[in-house]
Amino acid sequence: MVIGNAPGVASISRAQAVGSHTKKMSARPLSPHLSVYRFAYTMALSILHRITGLLLSLGLLVLIYWLMSASLGELSYGSAVTVLSAPLFRILLLGWLAAFAFHFCNGIRHLFWDVGVGFEKHQARASAWVVVIAALLITAGAGYLLLGPGTVAP
Amino acid sequence: MSLRSPLGVVLGRGTGRNAVHHWWVQRMTALALLPLTIWLLAGLVRLPLTDFATVTAWISLGWNPVLMSLLVFVLCWHSNLGIEVVVEDYVHSPAARTLVLVLSKFAHILLGATGIYAVLHIALRS
Repeated sequence: MVIGNAPGVASISRAQAVGSHTKKMSARPLSPHLSVYRFAYTMALSILHRITGLLLSLGLLVLIYWLMSASLGELSYGSAVTVLSAPLFRILLLGWLAAFAFHFCNGIRHLFWDVGVGFEKHQARASAWVVVIAALLITAGAGYLLLGPGTVAP
Repeated sequence: MSLRSPLGVVLGRGTGRNAVHHWWVQRMTALALLPLTIWLLAGLVRLPLTDFATVTAWISLGWNPVLMSLLVFVLCWHSNLGIEVVVEDYVHSPAARTLVLVLSKFAHILLGATGIYAVLHIALRS
């Protein structure tokens, strides 16, 4: 019998739970403790969505810098082009493009989840692969067109 | 069973409405960004980006200044919402959390205003 008043594990942990609850009455619900779960690659996509989102927030600065330099006239646009086409910045731009491609594709996956589509485990795993492959294709295609040979003149 | 009243349990936890609104706006800005970012990327890959005259002419062309201003606005909004969620999850000290959230919001408003001003300046000058 599990249910009952025997001084077993259940009643002890319940007492502890009540005790910790009253101790931290104002404590709000916490995120799940991820370390208790066995790793699955769908979790990697989940955290990558946050990481790429944060990176894209930084990329927003570059978009505004680009627009602002264009609004200030030809001279400042020229110097912005010089900065943005430097080898280091080309690598960064490719990184931002990859972050965008992933966040975009995985964001569509999240929107499907939000309307209740594709929640089954096998569906979520399959869509994870679709997202990764689509993001790689977009990065390669747009990366070649934006930063490939003959695009950004030195 | 708890002797606390239902009101006592929920007090101080904030309203449900705020969180639902946050969730909803994050999804709506995401949805709006799908066509807007495709539009920007499609424009960028076809433009000779080093050529000032062609780039500013494209930004000023037809509906482009409207779409670009909208894109900047919605991007800043979506970015602010996303950073809010991450900060609320990982920054636990109330003072630091509030400070970061306020700074992030101010920065996003500044970025958005700057971007939209730049687009209008380009579009109205030419």
